[in-house]
Amino acid sequence: MENKKNLNLTLKIWRQKNNQSKGEFKTYDAPNVSPDASFLEMVDVINESLVVKGEETIAFDHDCREGICGSCGFMIDGNAHGPQKGTTVCQLHMRNFSDGQTVTLEPWRAEAFPIIKDLMVDRSAFDRIIKAGGYISANTGGAPDANAVPIPKYDADEAFLSAACIGCGACVASCKNASAALFTSAKITHLALLPQGAVEKDQRALDMVAQMDSEQFGACTSTGTCSASCPKEISLINIAKMNREYLRASWTKKEAVHGGDMA
Amino acid sequence: MLDFLKSTVGRKYIMGITGLVWLGFVLTHMAGNMLILVSGDLYNAYGHAIVSNKPLLYVAESVLILSLCAHIFTAITLTIQNRKSRQSRYAITPNGSKGSSLASRTMAIQGSIVLAFIILHLITFKYGAEYTTNVNGVEMRDLHKLVLEVFKQPVYVAWYFVSLILLMFHLSHGAHSIFQSFGILERKMQKSLKKFAWIYAVIVVGGFLSQPLYVFLIHN
Repeated sequence: MENKKNLNLTLKIWRQKNNQSKGEFKTYDAPNVSPDASFLEMVDVINESLVVKGEETIAFDHDCREGICGSCGFMIDGNAHGPQKGTTVCQLHMRNFSDGQTVTLEPWRAEAFPIIKDLMVDRSAFDRIIKAGGYISANTGGAPDANAVPIPKYDADEAFLSAACIGCGACVASCKNASAALFTSAKITHLALLPQGAVEKDQRALDMVAQMDSEQFGACTSTGTCSASCPKEISLINIAKMNREYLRASWTKKEAVHGGDMA
Repeated sequence: MLDFLKSTVGRKYIMGITGLVWLGFVLTHMAGNMLILVSGDLYNAYGHAIVSNKPLLYVAESVLILSLCAHIFTAITLTIQNRKSRQSRYAITPNGSKGSSLASRTMAIQGSIVLAFIILHLITFKYGAEYTTNVNGVEMRDLHKLVLEVFKQPVYVAWYFVSLILLMFHLSHGAHSIFQSFGILERKMQKSLKKFAWIYAVIVVGGFLSQPLYVFLIHN
């Protein structure tokens, strides 16, 4: 039988006014929490009580609350998105915790993700990586027929798995090097596997890796925490794929040629 | 290609290739050492055969030293960058299914101790006491005698065990992560790869550790 009793929890939450100020942990009580509540709903209730008391509410990112947008995410007892695998914090339910437990909440910590406030961080470094090549160039016009270009089932499935990345930043947050290898590689792999993206795959690999390295991310040391913490369980094989795409693109990098009949 | 070598991805290829040289070396080194279990004379003859072929010896030594230097230099640059990328630590370290293995997190420390071990190891054996012996009428260095002498010192044996166990962790992480670094990791390999890396590391280190055990059991 599932435990249906309400929980009383103690929360240690990182409070930081802004990027310049020094943060600290503050302790909050979360009484009478329904085990069916989501983790964010539990924080919402604390925030409501703070409003009543006239105190500053706890800032955290969130949007869809369906586990598909990638907005939410923070560390719960050192685990990105909490203890349950393959789950975003908005889809984490309080039944995963036990009565009387003390739970520690911290923002993603990485030099590339400066803290904005409390549990919110600035993930625009990810946006810049995507901007560097995480797209396909397509002419506008009517949508092409979905099945006009046949794609092998294996490639389509792998591309789907890579495309599942929601860019939440859990990989960077959980990596001891704050490496963005899993995020960057998921996008490189997703697009390289599909004929629409394959045309630009060399330039994409060069540009996205260069952008990743120019941000304050570290290098991959294959600890595997990124994949273990990923709410979409993006596989480490994406990083392998990125490495070989990048090697091939660097090796075969083309230079402008002239002469012959190219007038 | 210069941009490639400077990138985080390219430097992982350097770590992998130079590491692979040493993965191959420790395996053959261990296999050769196993001759001590057959006979002291055979062990000495094997050592003599290696140092007799000077050109090949110098080429092999150069490749090993260059690989080691490149491995260490690249490791230092990567470690500095990685530490800079994550300057603040979390209050709580995860230890559940979202954690990572201690071996994978502490490669730099293991590597530093293994480097100290390699230097001491060269001083003890390669540049150690020169005893001579005669095997089938050929004058050669008596490494067997030196091995017995060294492995009868408990402090050295203790240090040898500690270093080799760290080497085992270092090799086990290296042997599987090169597949990812080189970009040849595929979904179908993922499960068996860690097992393969551990089997490799245990065989290599187990082989080396059989040497002091041999001295302890047979010659005490």
